[in-house]
Amino acid sequence: MAEPAHSAPVPPIVDEDKTMKYVCLGYYDKSKFDGMTESERSAMFDTCLEYDDHLRANGHWAGGEALQPAETALTLSRKNGNVVTTDGPYAETKEQLGGILVLEARDMNHAVQLIGQHPALTYGNLFEIRPAADISEIVKASEQRRTNDHR
Amino acid sequence: MPPPVPEQLSKTIETLYRSESGRVLATLVRLLGDLDLAEEAMHEAFAAALESWAQTGIPEKPRPWLISTARFKAIDVIRRRARFDGAQKQLVAHIESRGGNEGNREEEIDDDRLRLIFTCCHPALPPEGQVALTLREICGLTTEEIARAFLVTPAALAQRIVRAKAKIREAAIPYEVPGPHELPERMDAVLQVVYLVFNEGYSAAAGAEVTRAELTGEAIRLGRLLAELQPEPEVVGLLALMLLQESRRAARTSPAGELILLENQDRTLWNREQIAEGVALVEKALQSRGFGSYTLQAAIAAVHAQAASPAATDWREIVARYDQLVRMQPSPVVHLNRAVAIAMRDGPEAGLTHIDAVLENGDLANYYLAHSARAEMYRRLGRTAEARSAYEKALALTRQEPERQFLQARIRQLK
Repeated sequence: MAEPAHSAPVPPIVDEDKTMKYVCLGYYDKSKFDGMTESERSAMFDTCLEYDDHLRANGHWAGGEALQPAETALTLSRKNGNVVTTDGPYAETKEQLGGILVLEARDMNHAVQLIGQHPALTYGNLFEIRPAADISEIVKASEQRRTNDHR
Repeated sequence: MPPPVPEQLSKTIETLYRSESGRVLATLVRLLGDLDLAEEAMHEAFAAALESWAQTGIPEKPRPWLISTARFKAIDVIRRRARFDGAQKQLVAHIESRGGNEGNREEEIDDDRLRLIFTCCHPALPPEGQVALTLREICGLTTEEIARAFLVTPAALAQRIVRAKAKIREAAIPYEVPGPHELPERMDAVLQVVYLVFNEGYSAAAGAEVTRAELTGEAIRLGRLLAELQPEPEVVGLLALMLLQESRRAARTSPAGELILLENQDRTLWNREQIAEGVALVEKALQSRGFGSYTLQAAIAAVHAQAASPAATDWREIVARYDQLVRMQPSPVVHLNRAVAIAMRDGPEAGLTHIDAVLENGDLANYYLAHSARAEMYRRLGRTAEARSAYEKALALTRQEPERQFLQARIRQLK
């Protein structure tokens, strides 16, 4: 029997049913942000980053990144066998995805409570909280299929 | 104590969370006066325990450690908020001045839990909010677990909880056990929530839904807690009723998931331990004055539970209990059940007379069980045509599939 081509262990999303991961998508209003003064922005960053530190210190922070503006994005698709790239997305709504925060929380309401206090909200930004999906079963089944294919 | 191995420690803390989080939270709510703040502080204290106990070992009394750590965490939280909101400064001073009563005395902890139950079951909250909040804050279930049990999305359930908490804050619902003249009514509301949780788990016919079985377990756990804290006859009666109903779980459904009626159940599958406990509790409740309808329903369930076979059931005793129940709760449905019990005691002719009397009142004209009970009497009397027409009437009045199948089978047998 051949070895699988690669068998990277998949880290569980649910850590021994103690906490779950929630992906928090932070949206902001770019025109409003562009209209802020330098010192207003600094104050906002300071309070937000301080809260992120607080989440880190208490073990709730599982990762996150701020994003550059939407016009820096490149969108990929495939058409007639070729990879096609387009600029954007150019958001139709005024809210743009500004960052992603991965949260460790005991349940959905715990996540609501932690993000509900995020200072970013006081600046008119929005958060969308999405529970991370546990796809370990899908991964396992897929590895099984690929192992068989390589036989 | 030597520092424990991290894996072991995380297991110990998880076990501790399951057994102590309800108590810790209830005491924190008293100390901090805010449910959200108490919850956040508690979670942070448990997280801090993982780090701190790895160095120092597990404290001899973990609960006071958790409560005092949570209190400091809460003060940190408010200090942080105070930088944006000056009003919070007073709150810090207020919490600090209250001092850290770490809840060493068991009775005090019990009182804290009772307070929180009354808050979660406050009549100003919508019923589904009461249930969700009680399961989460008192039983320690997660949003996702409750959502699964009630077959709603976690997002919908999360909102119920958010709204219920907002209502507690806005309406300034106090964290307290109501005074003596309010208590009976408010206790009724609490018992209703507990019974609702139980029935949600119990009425799910399909045996496959494990989370629903957990709901009956949680309701019984709550019932025990209440009976410990406030051993009033009706609290004890409700616990007995739930135990006696639950004792039949294994016998209630066939392997294929069909409902099995009481008279056809395999009684060797009944849970003897739950029956023994339930019966003892009923007897205790019946001895005290002031028992009510939960106790009487439990007393009726106890007679069934103790009968070796349907034929050996003491119908005299059951009719006597229904007589009491009818006086206390003269609803048409109770009258109907009493009529059926009379039929079992005195025969179908007598039963029919009583059922017809209930139906003449008009309230149950569209209640399928009344017609199906009537059909059953005719069937036993051998009056086939009347039996069939009554079953058909019942069939026209119910949409529940297992019931429809049962009635259709009966009609077929009579052709």
